[in-house]
Amino acid sequence: MSTEIQEPDLSGDELRGDRATDRRVKRVLFGCASITVLTTIALFVVLFDNAAGYFYGARIWEVLIGQESFRQTVSLSEFFSGTRWAPVRSPPAHGALPIIWGTLVITIGAAFVSIPIGTATALYLSEYAKPTTRNRLKPILEVLAGIPTIVYGFFAVSFITPIVVGALGSLFGISVGRYSMMAGWIVVGTMTIPMVSSISEDAMQAVPDDLRNGAYALGATKYEVSLRIVLPAALSGILASYILAISRAIGETMAVSLAAGFQPQLTANPFSEIMTMTAYMVSLARGTTAVGSVEYQSLFAVGLILFIMTLTANLINDYLKRRFQEVYR
Amino acid sequence: MSTDTERGSEAIGQSITDVDLSSEKFKNRVFYATLVAASSFGVIMLVFLFADIFYEGIIGQQRFGIEISRFLGNTGSQTPGNAGFYSAIVASIWLMLLTTAFILFLGISTALYLVEYAPDNRTTRLIEANLANLAGVPSVVYGILILALIVNGAGLGSVILAGAIALSALVVPIVIVASIEAIRAVPDGMRDGSAAAGATQWQTIRRVVLPQAIPGIMTGTILALARAVGETAPLLMVGALFTDTSVPSGPFDSFSSMPVQIYNWTYLPQREFLALAAMGIIVLLLVLLAMQAVAVYIRRKYERDVSLTGV
Repeated sequence: MSTEIQEPDLSGDELRGDRATDRRVKRVLFGCASITVLTTIALFVVLFDNAAGYFYGARIWEVLIGQESFRQTVSLSEFFSGTRWAPVRSPPAHGALPIIWGTLVITIGAAFVSIPIGTATALYLSEYAKPTTRNRLKPILEVLAGIPTIVYGFFAVSFITPIVVGALGSLFGISVGRYSMMAGWIVVGTMTIPMVSSISEDAMQAVPDDLRNGAYALGATKYEVSLRIVLPAALSGILASYILAISRAIGETMAVSLAAGFQPQLTANPFSEIMTMTAYMVSLARGTTAVGSVEYQSLFAVGLILFIMTLTANLINDYLKRRFQEVYR
Repeated sequence: MSTDTERGSEAIGQSITDVDLSSEKFKNRVFYATLVAASSFGVIMLVFLFADIFYEGIIGQQRFGIEISRFLGNTGSQTPGNAGFYSAIVASIWLMLLTTAFILFLGISTALYLVEYAPDNRTTRLIEANLANLAGVPSVVYGILILALIVNGAGLGSVILAGAIALSALVVPIVIVASIEAIRAVPDGMRDGSAAAGATQWQTIRRVVLPQAIPGIMTGTILALARAVGETAPLLMVGALFTDTSVPSGPFDSFSSMPVQIYNWTYLPQREFLALAAMGIIVLLLVLLAMQAVAVYIRRKYERDVSLTGV
């Protein structure tokens, strides 16, 4: 009755092979994870490199290998203070102020739509709505965020501009063209409402009920609790949602170009056409742009400004979110 | 003593009845009405948006007689009477297939590294912080990045593959974040059990962690794809065609896509093109709806499974 029991091969090659596989896998996975960091580095390098080509007539790598040397082609002061933007025309003009103004005015106008409406929606959802209403309203608002931006562009061209802005324009006796600044405010504001409302609502929900009950015990009304207790207590979370909506509005491209148009001008008239930085980039895609030409490199100079603007907004957003988490943990 | 408290409560009772609360009630009612009005703004805009799309689509049918078979079967064309959506649909399918491959591989690998392998050091924190930053970069900027690196840098030209890389770079943070959550949700007990049975870390991941996390990863991937399929700006920057008269047959063909074609039709001044754009939007929204439905289905099924294993 001697059945031989097979000893497990503890020192065997199989185990060593498994461990080697484990190490290889770890290296491959680390490689994949670092691609996201490489993307960020590539963003900086590509944008700065081509922007250098725009401002100084030579790419950074061309200078490094000694092929070219920097010579000023577009001065920074002209770029940031010039009031005519026409890098493609002859004679060219490199004042980016009109398109930077375009982006700012659309972003601010859209914030005047999305911030009050989004905050009020969040207060309603968090403080007033019955659970059934809330469960119905929230997914509907999320649809607003899930619709592709090009659809909002279509909405601007076929409805907002001819009907809404057109009617308002006729009140003031102004005939509205195919594009208008106001149409940009409305569509970009509408598409960023869900960002403000859902993140603000999360922040308001995180406010402990003890704070509300304390105020009620002192005789506060629901209106006072909403505005004087919940709103201040959730403030940094709410501000983070505003920054996110603003950041999205800065980078918004398709809806804005189809709503506000392609005419770079420094104007405050809401019925006139205006060009944002993103719309300029789209307008270049419509033409044929030779690699290395001034207009090709202007794409990256404008892209760099855009990238820095949204990066700043995201860093502020990050800071506010972290502060909010610290308060209620 | 007792008379004191009695007097006190009397005083309180008096002061409450004395206070005129009607202005407070009015304020509360106005505030409530304002909130309801603001909350319905989004819903009203959504109703107008859909009504507008369907109205334009019906105009396409009735005034311009655009047959659905022609719309779905023809390629792009400069003349509105011949224009169709077929080449754009095929290009979008190609873009989806390639993007899925890229983001699944990159997304899962990155998430696995960060959750299972990464030591808690500065490099790891840098990778994690960078994810939030990448998610905030405007899509048009990804477009010019790929234009410089892949289209011109690598000399690939304006082909479907370049478009798919741009879309992948844009949406991969969504997949990574969703995968991290799904992998973190796998109970540590399962990992410990597998390790106790003698499995190496990779064996544990492959046979225990991944099968558990797959539904969550799939949901995140579908949502990321839904975002990618509706993107226009990065494809325009990469050099997508506004009117593609030929049907793309591989990753190295020039391309249009559903949103790019819709953009061009919306941009063009002829009224018939606007009707075509509306019909294209209906197709695009149906595709998005189907993707959302699949994501919801997977999530529901997964939730039920979890409750069963919990019993």
